[in-house]
Amino acid sequence: MSRIKQARMIQTIAVTVTGAAALFVVSAALFLLAYIAVRGAPAISWEFLTDVPSGQMKEGGILPAIVGTLALTAATAAFSLPIGVAAGIYLSEYAPRGKSTRVIRLAISNMAGVPSIVYGLFGLALFVILLDFGKSILAGALTLACLTLPVIITATEEALRQIPSDLRQASLALGATRWRTIYRIVLPAAAPGIVTGSILGLSRAAGETAPILFTAAVYYKRQMPDSIFSDVMALPYHIYILATQVTGRPDDIIWGTAFVLVGGVTAISVAAAAWRSTQRRKVRW
Amino acid sequence: MARQSSPISVSFRRTDTMPTPSSSRRRLGRPAKSRAADGVVRSIIRLNGWSAIVILAAIGIFLAYGGMRALSEVGFWTMMSGREWYPTIAEPRFGFVPLLIGSAAVTITALLLSMPVSLAAAVFISEFAGKPLKEVSKSIIEFMAAVPSVVYGLIGIAVVVPWVKETFALDSGLNALTAAIVLAFMIAPTIVSISEDALHAVPNELRQGSLALGNTRWQTTYKVVLPSASSGILAAVMLGMGRAIGETMAVLMLTGNAARIPGSLFESVRTITGTIAAEMGNVVQGGLHQSVLFTLGLVLFALTFFINLVADLVLERQRKRWRR
Repeated sequence: MSRIKQARMIQTIAVTVTGAAALFVVSAALFLLAYIAVRGAPAISWEFLTDVPSGQMKEGGILPAIVGTLALTAATAAFSLPIGVAAGIYLSEYAPRGKSTRVIRLAISNMAGVPSIVYGLFGLALFVILLDFGKSILAGALTLACLTLPVIITATEEALRQIPSDLRQASLALGATRWRTIYRIVLPAAAPGIVTGSILGLSRAAGETAPILFTAAVYYKRQMPDSIFSDVMALPYHIYILATQVTGRPDDIIWGTAFVLVGGVTAISVAAAAWRSTQRRKVRW
Repeated sequence: MARQSSPISVSFRRTDTMPTPSSSRRRLGRPAKSRAADGVVRSIIRLNGWSAIVILAAIGIFLAYGGMRALSEVGFWTMMSGREWYPTIAEPRFGFVPLLIGSAAVTITALLLSMPVSLAAAVFISEFAGKPLKEVSKSIIEFMAAVPSVVYGLIGIAVVVPWVKETFALDSGLNALTAAIVLAFMIAPTIVSISEDALHAVPNELRQGSLALGNTRWQTTYKVVLPSASSGILAAVMLGMGRAIGETMAVLMLTGNAARIPGSLFESVRTITGTIAAEMGNVVQGGLHQSVLFTLGLVLFALTFFINLVADLVLERQRKRWRR
């Protein structure tokens, strides 16, 4: 066999093998989605979504867990958005090029890799014990906010960097101050990117279990939360409890809960991404 | 990227501080007011810019603070070298070795399973796939990263546990191997997307040069592109490793949680993360056991901190290399 023929054959083999690997990873993801849908969808009913759990968690619905997760996520957004967006603005618009900025960047990407259980311990030590918030929406949301912060900062910075500097210079040339330029010109232009990135980060926070294990989530609670100092049920924690602690596992309830969680998170992420791309098509620099 | 607006900001500051004799007495006019606001906002925003460093430092400080009692009463090296973990008996033993081995066994196995497939997939997506195929597979893999870890644990219980139990004829499917298989899928998106970025960052001139010399696409890939991207790929694998060590819920649900030094992958293990998650809920507030768990958290934090730091430095260097 000539060397050229041999090289071509190896090329074909390589493409086939790597292609098979890519196909494998992609089909694993699709399998995940299909499996949750097939096992979870039949359990969904109006009662399931609007009832409280009953019969030692083996019957009834998951309303308190849905409400708890929504409350936690909303409170997380309230804490992490202002700080995260401000930090993103700092990095994109104000930060000098130098050592301190480099350290901040390293800290942000390092924060993204801190295990979620470590955030849980941190939240327990600071918010639950030291600040005495107890197991509450407040403590859980502050913990989740720390975890979401790097995602929001990065998303904001990236979105701001997409805005051409001509826009800033035009505004500054008209006599606007730095902040006015950012607030009136740069931020509105970057809003779709910031919002979408933040939603992706927040939807990931909604699915986290380890950080709320000791800071917010409880096993069972009939009442709806009445203040940010209430503890709550949460969808991911409910799945964990049903899968490991409840004997005689009620299969449809677990998979129904998983379906609600994954379906909700996915639907919101897809919607956010789709909205961003329509916004992008509207504006052209 | 150069901040092109910076020269403007310099001249800006100059007008800002230009003293007009009576300016402090006069009522502030609109431009002066908005200039004052500008300064206030600048300092608020700078403060927020440092939030990441503050939080990272606070995590270290509070974990160390929580672990103080254990560090003084039991001692760091006694814990790190202790081979027994019996935290709740009358004379408790707080040895981390079984937990460290548990984490290492699960993490290394997951990496070995995930790395070949993930890297091959990254090569295909970056080098051989057409644009539509590339976009579609990237977003599907991104979805995989967004699935909550507790759901991975659930699917592991439903699918992987029975499979491992039957295939290897075991009494129980809850063991290190099962957890590692599920973890391998969980870290695949990280490894694929970061190494794909690294491959993508290799300048096209290099590929074209190699192709022009008569190399096939594959020869170009493994002789030119892969070596150029090697540091980024290394970083991708390290970040995947950091993720695997820190993963909690799926591991907690799948390892079986026996805190003893395992003889093989088919035995039940207990990881660092699983121990913290399982035991922290049942400890006495301010007790020794709680303090030991904080120390364990500190060990985990330090471990992932250094893995991530090295990976980030490698990535940063690579980014600079191609920016020229």
